[in-house]
Amino acid sequence: MGWKAGDGPLRVAIVGAGPAGFYAAEALLKQADVPVSVDMFERLLTPYGLVRHGVAPDHLKIKTVTRAFAQTAAAPGFRFFGNVEFGRDLLLADLQKHYHQVLFTVGAQTDRHMGIPGEGLARSHPATAFVGWYNGHPDYCDLEFDLQQETVAVVGVGNVAIDVARILCLSHEELLETDMPEYAIDALSRSRVRDVYLLGRRGPAQAAFTNPELKELGELATADVIISKDEAALDELSREELEAANDRMLARKVEMIAEFAAHAPAGREKRLHLRFLVSPLALVDDGAGGVGAMTLGRNVLHRSASGALSAESTGETETIPAGLVFRSVGYRGMPLPGVPFNNRWGVISNRRGRAIDTETDETVTGEYVAGWIKRGPSGVIGTNKPDAVETVAAMLEDAAAGATWGPSAPVETAVVALLRSRGVEFTSFDDWCAIDNAELAAGQAASRPRVKFGNKDEMWRCLGREGGRAAG
Amino acid sequence: MKVSAVLASKGNRTFTIEPGALVEAAVATLAANNIGAVIVVAGGGLPTGMLSERDIIRKLASDPSTLERTVDEVMTFPVICGSPDDDVESVLRTMTAERFRHLPVVEGGEIVGMVTIGDLVKAQLAELRGVAANLETRLLES
Repeated sequence: MGWKAGDGPLRVAIVGAGPAGFYAAEALLKQADVPVSVDMFERLLTPYGLVRHGVAPDHLKIKTVTRAFAQTAAAPGFRFFGNVEFGRDLLLADLQKHYHQVLFTVGAQTDRHMGIPGEGLARSHPATAFVGWYNGHPDYCDLEFDLQQETVAVVGVGNVAIDVARILCLSHEELLETDMPEYAIDALSRSRVRDVYLLGRRGPAQAAFTNPELKELGELATADVIISKDEAALDELSREELEAANDRMLARKVEMIAEFAAHAPAGREKRLHLRFLVSPLALVDDGAGGVGAMTLGRNVLHRSASGALSAESTGETETIPAGLVFRSVGYRGMPLPGVPFNNRWGVISNRRGRAIDTETDETVTGEYVAGWIKRGPSGVIGTNKPDAVETVAAMLEDAAAGATWGPSAPVETAVVALLRSRGVEFTSFDDWCAIDNAELAAGQAASRPRVKFGNKDEMWRCLGREGGRAAG
Repeated sequence: MKVSAVLASKGNRTFTIEPGALVEAAVATLAANNIGAVIVVAGGGLPTGMLSERDIIRKLASDPSTLERTVDEVMTFPVICGSPDDDVESVLRTMTAERFRHLPVVEGGEIVGMVTIGDLVKAQLAELRGVAANLETRLLES
């Protein structure tokens, strides 16, 4: 039997504690039509997903969104369970026993490959691994990146690519203004990187980065932005599109790029080369199994019948030095055990947030999605708000119709007992607050905004629970 | 934003019909699935046309026997197709300028979905709302 009014609260499990999960929790707990309780499960010890581990460590203002999330966490009816992994510590069948609905907000956890020769050479990495590393993500904190290389190629011109290029160009002083863990500050301060190439497949008018991100590049203390006049100039198709779009921000972006191109470099220590209309064709072996250079193909824009501009190869090639390569050419979600997955788009199969059977397209009762695992990796943090609101509306509509799971033990204490019986050492929201305060205090002591813990062990130690799950 | 982001949360089904089928059958498909158009496909290949409610109504006004005609007599063709990689904004401009509302999306020689002008407008609105939500939090929290 599904949930019905008078049964007590609609019990919702949210898997994943990133922005989509918190926006959904907010929407569930703020409405008054249906009484709801939310248990949020997170694989890591800490909440906030990409706000903590994805947003650039020098973009602290963007991270203030966590204050709104913390307010949601403080609402009656909300509980946080960190260090609980769906599919390992908690299965779909467990959730069906204790909840009426589950909402998956697990994000897009893997990166796409470029699919070119040499991609597997040493020092060729997904940008996300580097981002995770400098942001203190426990899955990536033990990685090593060879920052003794002088040339780096970053493939892509989306916000991840721009972040990576900018972080590589920060001076020691600028690094200290970030919330990175110490190991990252140390390694980046000792970096010998001099030339960073950002490689865009299409032209200036199609680049995904925003104007503030572009402006920021020009404000780097120890790096010049270098753009060739040829590549900054718009082709005929882009000019037409710019005119038709009548978009002031886009016009300004194109103008800023032209201004960079017109400026002579100031002779700073590092150079950030912004390249357009180029696609990596191959990574070249340096003779020792590492990447030493990259072959680029030059592109020209082509307009399809649908009006979209896409890159086509001209057949011309060039080679640039690249001792280190980061690719950021798209992200995909990963399938979860027992949950329908759409392999083409890399998302949980869904219609407007309701999970559907991949074969029959029929709605799967009780299962919902929001965020990147629903629509793929697009938009800013705030995009997850309308996205989550849409899904929550579907959840409440289904609940009102009684179309939910019929849990045998829909009680608060059951899941705690279950996790304990499995030896899962979980963290609470109070535990997170303790970690948060310790990081902020460490920051204050070092005159920095925050110093993130370098790994899970340090966090368990901070909580006075040495070992945590690892020892248990 | 790309067309793929719109398709990802639209379900996996696209509705197609053979050019030799009767318009009557198309009407039944439109009504049963609450949709405004079907993609006309000959033998499982790429789209050869689109058949929308509008096509049918327009034809019906001058020809009462429209329902007994075959789909290829009533459909709109040639049909403009998109790719999952297309920018939503460019496609929207084309749909507005060329006055069509349904875009079959094709990749690697197969139909992978269809987006309507409504889907794209809604996606663009959500994107703008997202940016607004970002600005709002920054103003409130700073």
